[in-house]
Amino acid sequence: MSQLLLKGGRVIDPSQGIDKIADVLIRDGKIEGIGEFDQQGLDHVEDVTGKYVLPGLIDMHVHLREPGFEYKEDIASGSKAAAAGGFTAVAAMPNTSPFMDNRAIIEYVIRRGEAANFTRVLPIGALTKEMKGEEMAEIGEMIEGGAVAFSDDAFPIASSGMMRRVMEYCAMFGVPVILHCEDKSLCDDGLMNEGITATTFGLRGICNEVEDIAVARNLMLARLTGCKVHIAHVSTRGSVELIRRAKAEGTAVTCETCPQYFTLTEEAVIGYRTNAKMSPPLRTAEDVEAVKAGLADGTIDVIATDHAPHSLDEKETEFAVAANGIVGLETSVGLVMTELVKAGVLSMADVARKMSQNPAGILGLESGALSEGADADISVIDPSAEWTVDPAKFCSKGRNTPFVGRKLVGKPVLTVLRGRVVARDGMVV
Amino acid sequence: MSLKRKDILGLQEMDVDEIELILQTALSFKDILGRQIKKVPTLRGRSIVTLFYEPSTRTRTSFELAGKILSADISSISPSTSAVVKGECLKDTVLTLQAMKPDLFIMRHQASGAPEFLANLVPACVINAGDGMHEHPSQGLLDMLTILEKKDRISGLKVAIVGDILHSRVARSNIWGLSKLGAEVRVIGPKTLLPADIGRLPVKVYTDLDEGLRGVDVVNVLRIQLERMKKGLFPSTHEYSKFFGVNHERLKVAKDDVIVLHPGPMNRGVEITPELADCGECVVLDQVTNGVAVRMAMLYLLLGGTDESVVA
Repeated sequence: MSQLLLKGGRVIDPSQGIDKIADVLIRDGKIEGIGEFDQQGLDHVEDVTGKYVLPGLIDMHVHLREPGFEYKEDIASGSKAAAAGGFTAVAAMPNTSPFMDNRAIIEYVIRRGEAANFTRVLPIGALTKEMKGEEMAEIGEMIEGGAVAFSDDAFPIASSGMMRRVMEYCAMFGVPVILHCEDKSLCDDGLMNEGITATTFGLRGICNEVEDIAVARNLMLARLTGCKVHIAHVSTRGSVELIRRAKAEGTAVTCETCPQYFTLTEEAVIGYRTNAKMSPPLRTAEDVEAVKAGLADGTIDVIATDHAPHSLDEKETEFAVAANGIVGLETSVGLVMTELVKAGVLSMADVARKMSQNPAGILGLESGALSEGADADISVIDPSAEWTVDPAKFCSKGRNTPFVGRKLVGKPVLTVLRGRVVARDGMVV
Repeated sequence: MSLKRKDILGLQEMDVDEIELILQTALSFKDILGRQIKKVPTLRGRSIVTLFYEPSTRTRTSFELAGKILSADISSISPSTSAVVKGECLKDTVLTLQAMKPDLFIMRHQASGAPEFLANLVPACVINAGDGMHEHPSQGLLDMLTILEKKDRISGLKVAIVGDILHSRVARSNIWGLSKLGAEVRVIGPKTLLPADIGRLPVKVYTDLDEGLRGVDVVNVLRIQLERMKKGLFPSTHEYSKFFGVNHERLKVAKDDVIVLHPGPMNRGVEITPELADCGECVVLDQVTNGVAVRMAMLYLLLGGTDESVVA
């Protein structure tokens, strides 16, 4: 019998209303109890005094690139990055090669995740074959194979008719549909947020309405079909407001944002910095404030990362041809702690909700809580650890972060997966 | 005085003293262009590589002549004849060329920011000869030199830039350069060809040509590219010419001594009438001559020359 005692931490589990200094006892990979325990006779005790003990964090939006783009990331390296970043589960997007649009690939990804065994790898199936938006993929088969959600991510379904049908079909199974909201016809080869910065530096702009219009349409279709819609990476004040209103009207919608959208503005692009190029683009200070307000009032349910590793060559190039996206797994907790918790936007209970309980609920997982008898997936965060972002230390193969050199306060210091310590102090064990 | 910078990437980043230094140096160099023997040894032994990813006749020739007059060795590379057609990425191309130890690169590229990317990679000097929709500093400077010659000043002048502001690097360099030297800059064009938030740059914005041209000293007419029509940005050359084409009639509201610039190549009968293009107010050929002088000054000053020893 193996035991692990997390001693003296501040245990936070909003699903059970727990917020207290306590020990967490783990036996054979399961949580045995929360309370005061004698460490006598236990073979593994971790002193977590002064640290937060949270249900294992879940990042419901990552790109692990395997199969097909292993030069950017693979399931093993991405899993290590997740563990190092405090995540005990990640949901992997289907834009791989071949696409994750059939049961065989879904099962392959699950097997690869289990083989790596640093985090739970939960595959998201494609909504349509090859993510072309034309023919529906075998959604039912993929659910049986273990897909937890469906998305065509950055290849959003343009046709409202097709979108309606996939929503209706997914509603039948009760699985969530994750939507990257972008009206490509309005985007028009845009490279960054539309406005003074894009105009000054001669880069084609992407107006907020590129996102807002797609969000509005998808909310209407969610209402029509009863599908559980989850809006990915909210970046604009307009879409925060649209989702707030839809929720008030009773639409079954949830949404996420990412650290970059509550931390950075379009000005991060100045100097043609390709590590600030992403989709949706970084917006203005007004949007950042609206995203924070949406996080604070509960409109935004989830903080994900949209972890999008790329090789150096794909970023060290002209801005126009540089790949979209940034890595996020290993900076997310630090940014959340620094920009949201320390700044008074969110409480630690909010963090536990948005990074564990809510994603677990949306994806229909049993995790997201520190319940007795549950698998011991736990993230320990040191709120006072000061550190500087150094991509050379990342477990991810991707080094593409706009946060290089940023000083953060708050760090994942212990990640426990099924009772086993998989990462310590930002490094995998 | 000399230029204390490695690169000239745009006029936004240059201060007034630097711009004035280049213009004054160019005026001194213009003298050489009038000589029978147009060769001075100033940049002898210095090597320059031009790297043009977009077609160009006048800018490229102008830079090449400027370099040759100053006795620099110039090699020209274009993507169609280089390893770029074999799929070489920009980084490898420029690192390869840098290994041949040139002193200065002149780059034109369809992607905004490409010269800055180059400048960050190589120790050699870099001149932006036009990048995407960003800047075209040598064009901005030659426009300013032409205005300065014709009007004896830039400060206090009203200068209108007419046409496709959205896609124009010439417009952006003119806006920065002219406003820094104290001109009032106006941009005039159809709403579809004005970039977002353009009013937050130091300009006045007009969509009515007559209103925008009222009382101006200088009109800079931009080339309208016909492919913009296919993208639905304006309906036809006929309608464009009716609402935004510059001609003698429309110029009646401008100052009596108004001058007309055009960066070329002109679409006669579209953005400018042939009558206006061929008349005395239209200074396009002066612009071309001044282009050589300005580029001589840029090369000279970047490679360490000072204004005390200009004319050899």
